[in-house]
Amino acid sequence: MFNAGKRTTSTPLKHAPAEVQLHSTAPYPHRLNFYDVPPLFDVTLEEFESAALARLRILAEIESSFVRNRSYDELKSVTDAQCKKYLTLNANSASTQDLQGERRRDHVGHFVLRLAFCRSEELRRRFVKAEMMLFRVRWDTDDTREREGFLESRDFDWTPVDDKEKEAYKEELMAVPSNIRTQYSEGQFKKDKYHKVRWTRVPDLVEKRRVFLKGGWAYVHERESSSMVFQEFQINLEKALDMTAKALPRLDEDTRLIPILDNLSQGFLAGVPSEWLSSSSSGAEGSGVKAEEIDDLAKKHFPMCMRNLHESLMRDRHLKHMGRLQYGLFLKVLGVSIDEAIAFWRRSFSNITDDKFNKEYRYNIRHSYGLEGRRANYPAKSCQQILMQDQPGSAESHGCPYRHFSEDNLQSALLASYSAHGFTASDLPEIMHTVRAGHYHVACTRVFEITHARSGVKKGEGVGGGESITHPNQYAARSRELEKARQEKAESDRDAMLVDG
Amino acid sequence: MAITENSESPSPELMLAFYRRLYPFKSIMNWLNHEHVPTKLYTHREFAFTLQGDVYLRYNSFNSVEDFKKQVCTLNPTRFEIGPVYTARPRDKRTIRPGGFTPLQRELVFDIDMTDYDSIRTCCSDAGICKRCWAFITAAVKVMDSAIRDQFGYKHLLWVYSGRRGIHLWISDKEAMELTDDQRKAIVSWIAVITGGKDTHKKVNARTGSRPLPPSLQMALDPLAHYFGDLILNDQDCFASQEGWEALLHLVPDRSVSENLEKLWTKDPSRSSTQKWDDLKREVKRIEKGSAQRLVMQAAMEDIILQYTYPRLDAEVSKHRNHLLKAPFCVHPKTGRICVPVDPEHIDEFDPERVPTVDQLLKELDETMVQDSPENEEHHFDWERTSLKPYIEMLDRHAMALMDEVRRTKRGADMTW
Repeated sequence: MFNAGKRTTSTPLKHAPAEVQLHSTAPYPHRLNFYDVPPLFDVTLEEFESAALARLRILAEIESSFVRNRSYDELKSVTDAQCKKYLTLNANSASTQDLQGERRRDHVGHFVLRLAFCRSEELRRRFVKAEMMLFRVRWDTDDTREREGFLESRDFDWTPVDDKEKEAYKEELMAVPSNIRTQYSEGQFKKDKYHKVRWTRVPDLVEKRRVFLKGGWAYVHERESSSMVFQEFQINLEKALDMTAKALPRLDEDTRLIPILDNLSQGFLAGVPSEWLSSSSSGAEGSGVKAEEIDDLAKKHFPMCMRNLHESLMRDRHLKHMGRLQYGLFLKVLGVSIDEAIAFWRRSFSNITDDKFNKEYRYNIRHSYGLEGRRANYPAKSCQQILMQDQPGSAESHGCPYRHFSEDNLQSALLASYSAHGFTASDLPEIMHTVRAGHYHVACTRVFEITHARSGVKKGEGVGGGESITHPNQYAARSRELEKARQEKAESDRDAMLVDG
Repeated sequence: MAITENSESPSPELMLAFYRRLYPFKSIMNWLNHEHVPTKLYTHREFAFTLQGDVYLRYNSFNSVEDFKKQVCTLNPTRFEIGPVYTARPRDKRTIRPGGFTPLQRELVFDIDMTDYDSIRTCCSDAGICKRCWAFITAAVKVMDSAIRDQFGYKHLLWVYSGRRGIHLWISDKEAMELTDDQRKAIVSWIAVITGGKDTHKKVNARTGSRPLPPSLQMALDPLAHYFGDLILNDQDCFASQEGWEALLHLVPDRSVSENLEKLWTKDPSRSSTQKWDDLKREVKRIEKGSAQRLVMQAAMEDIILQYTYPRLDAEVSKHRNHLLKAPFCVHPKTGRICVPVDPEHIDEFDPERVPTVDQLLKELDETMVQDSPENEEHHFDWERTSLKPYIEMLDRHAMALMDEVRRTKRGADMTW
């Protein structure tokens, strides 16, 4: 069937037919899906959005795992847990579950996100990377038998190496480093299956010298075939995204879908699922923070960047423009109303006259609340923006201390700010190590964990379920939540004691 | 005599005459384009010029050979570089939206430079090169050329002398042209063995423990062992100096062996490299055959051979499609030598000191002009009367093979309809 010699590099068209057999009875025979065929059935608007949001949560968690430098095993267990929560996908053996229903959800979610993420190079790249990882986690957690069934259902365009050829390259094949690691006997070699593909399809194996190469063909041991599957998945998805991007303008007419898609992709870019953004920007925290409470809140709940801005403001009675912007928007999302904000800034800038304040600063504060000029409701800056945009100059205090402070300054700032919350000098080496490696998110998340240990936050837990800090407001919100929970618990304990007594 | 840098680089007038009369624009285009009529492989290709006074002009592109030649003669650059084929004409870059301008294709290129061998060569250093240290390049070319043909199956390899102390390899097979950056990275790490900076002693880490080398490297080992004897032990005498043999001892994992040798060599520093290598072999033979120690030492000796002779790549050049590399037949601004193609079959006979310089070529041209009657036909093929001739013919043959293949696949494609 396959003749290696005749085959040239595959063209995208070649794959088109006969990839997936859709049986009318069970459209999803396997847990794994290569998403070759888009959903060709009616999808309600609600399903459209909810399936996508659920998937987005998972992908965002995978992304933050990359940033947190989790090992693959950690990533696998975190992702698997998250999948169970938001996007269950059971094996065929779980006959009591609504298998077709959950697979349909998985299918729809994937294709909605394709629409949302095909628009820019950056989004496409990140989407492919996260989807690849999700596929890999599912592949690894899949039942061996079902995995084989899935492999057989799809033509991967591999050529099996026949015995004659295998014998001819026996010596070389047996000397491939990944084989010699496990005492490789000749009997075993006879039993093992090899496939050959163009080397360009398995660059990761070539990179590690885990295959035997001859004339541009890579001889791949069956053990490594998963690598080919992943590669295939990635290439397919990349191609499909490019095609979707070209077709997308035709969707512009649809006023129902575009806002949903916009929202989805923005959430992903900020590194947080959009759900979190929407709940915060609508002022769900809007417990109405008073100007005079800010100082107290800063000491208890603010991440290092905001602590630094707050302290600079208190010390210098002034902040430069970018600092005012970063801190002001943060306070807005924290729940400080416009009146309180003006009161807070007026009080903080105690060295200047009312006249100057009204002329130079009031407008900007109102502007950031969407009350002047363009009247846009600006979101607070995410960690990514703080890290990447507008590096602080010599007299400025904005930015991310983990990234922009010198090591000495960062160490003393951390001790000064958080020693009241249980941060000690012995925690410094770990933090500084992470900082040196450039993982500022991770350092910040770790400081959060240390300073909230007394609320029961454990190492690796982050802001809940292993999620890491991606937004200063997320830090503050979670910190306040924890405190509230602690107070409530203390109260109920006291009540219980009273009752007991 | 080693090639020394001319105190003066070739004058602008010489350069201009060279471009006008000798530079093989047509051959270069055939080679880049794979066809006679300019395709996107040529028109969407980036050329970057380095002008007098180190002004760097990027994103030039040309519709035809004439166009290109005219521009080169107007700008009279000291050299120019060839980049990738983009999705659009590079000269229109500014008018295209950012996402619409990405590199698509590019020859797979490798760069081997003598500077990477500074820690082991004893005859020259830095920019200097002589026939003796060229042997390192010879070994590298032999290994790379056969590895790429055999393992990756590529056929259209063009080796080009870089004009001073290195060599470039351009691979124009269709699959090689289309490799993504990830695939390029993979091929580099498949080939590259020498890793680690100045401060790492052991630079070869290609095996697990003391197990055999991967098959691709095992294959390279035989020819390299031969070079190791001739080049490292005899010619370069790498372990003669104290620094040299100390470096060798750092690579010996067995403590007792290295201590014995250190004692011996400190006492008798005049021992030649060959003697020292024999000393090492003798010490190894004393270890019981088949024992783990013996295996470790045998592996270490293989690794030493690789470390001293295996090609040392400038990996960054190969990893990205949009890396620019100096075009063949440019004049090296420091030496005045032409970057001529080199035949890997006869690389042993190649002598960088005999590569023509731009002065020499123009002199040759003037002399033949005097002999011939001045009315002799158009000086279209002026280069035929200089020592540049065999080199240009080599490029033409290479380009012809590429064009044949394109014609064949086209005809093949037609048959299927």
